[in-house]
Amino acid sequence: MGEPDDQRLSHAALFTGFFKAGIIGFGGVLPVARRMIVDERRWMTQSQFNDLFSLCQFMPGANIVNLTFAFGARHRGVTGAAAAILGLLAAPVCIVMALGSAYARYGGLPVARHALAGLAAAATGLVAGTALRIATPILTNQTNILLTAAVFALVMGLRLSLLTTMAIILPVSLFLSWRNNR
Amino acid sequence: MNILPELAVLFGRLSLLAIGGVNSTVPQIARDVVTQRHWLTPAQFAQLFAISNAAPGPNVMISTVIGAHMAGIAGGIIATMAMILPSGVLVIIVSKIWDRHRDARWRKIVQQALLPITAGLLLAAAGVLVRQADTGIAYAVMTLLCAGLAWRTKIHPLWLLGGGTLVGLLVR
Repeated sequence: MGEPDDQRLSHAALFTGFFKAGIIGFGGVLPVARRMIVDERRWMTQSQFNDLFSLCQFMPGANIVNLTFAFGARHRGVTGAAAAILGLLAAPVCIVMALGSAYARYGGLPVARHALAGLAAAATGLVAGTALRIATPILTNQTNILLTAAVFALVMGLRLSLLTTMAIILPVSLFLSWRNNR
Repeated sequence: MNILPELAVLFGRLSLLAIGGVNSTVPQIARDVVTQRHWLTPAQFAQLFAISNAAPGPNVMISTVIGAHMAGIAGGIIATMAMILPSGVLVIIVSKIWDRHRDARWRKIVQQALLPITAGLLLAAAGVLVRQADTGIAYAVMTLLCAGLAWRTKIHPLWLLGGGTLVGLLVR
């Protein structure tokens, strides 16, 4: 990119910044990463952050992972993206694998089974609540309600694959959105 | 078939389909690893998903924890890379042209078209998890309670996950 050298972050800065966001990002890395990038290290203004984030929401994949890739690449190209993403994921990957191996070893014990059933019920509720929070502002017109219901029915009811569901719904949704924006 | 390439293909395919985030692919992951391959029981799937939520880090940790469960450290790393690399490469490419199309009409059209799909997929993810974790009335009530709190309040997710674990221990 055309930025002068002194404004480009080093690989080490990218790695350590995102490492910190990754390791303290319980229950969602995004708020932590936003605070790190905008408030603490002033790597971006809030509006620059919002603009990059809107791209990352728009693209497939985890929003924060996309943001990390794009941000790292803007500063140091492909190797910058690699430094940032390794920083973000190093600690969480190790922690989740350690938890996973504890689960494989002790998950069958009665105490662990009860704790895990409770944890799973809470995590399911968390996903449902987040889905509702995202869905409610979208479900304000008939088109969106019908499309959302159709996706839900195809995946939950007919148990179609994600690819098949997208192949059916995406053209319809794009057409309706195009007509709406004419 | 060797399990490592199979993990790479499974999660690599999902990477570019993760519209609106990784949780949109939860129904498909369940379909792949529970219904079709029988790698995990429904309860194991629900529990590994919960563990990936309880750890720090982004939602892609669901691929890490399943990969590691199936094939150790190598499996965890390969599943994670497969989940993040295709979408990551795409976002790097698109971010270079994004600014030029800031006000483009197609951008608005695509963004609007993806919103209801995201909503439908996330609701389906919740539905599929409910189906997997079907463990009786006490847990169903707790799921409802957590859903309501996560929907209507700004409570930190860790309180819900910690509270759920504690209730699980006490209810028995």
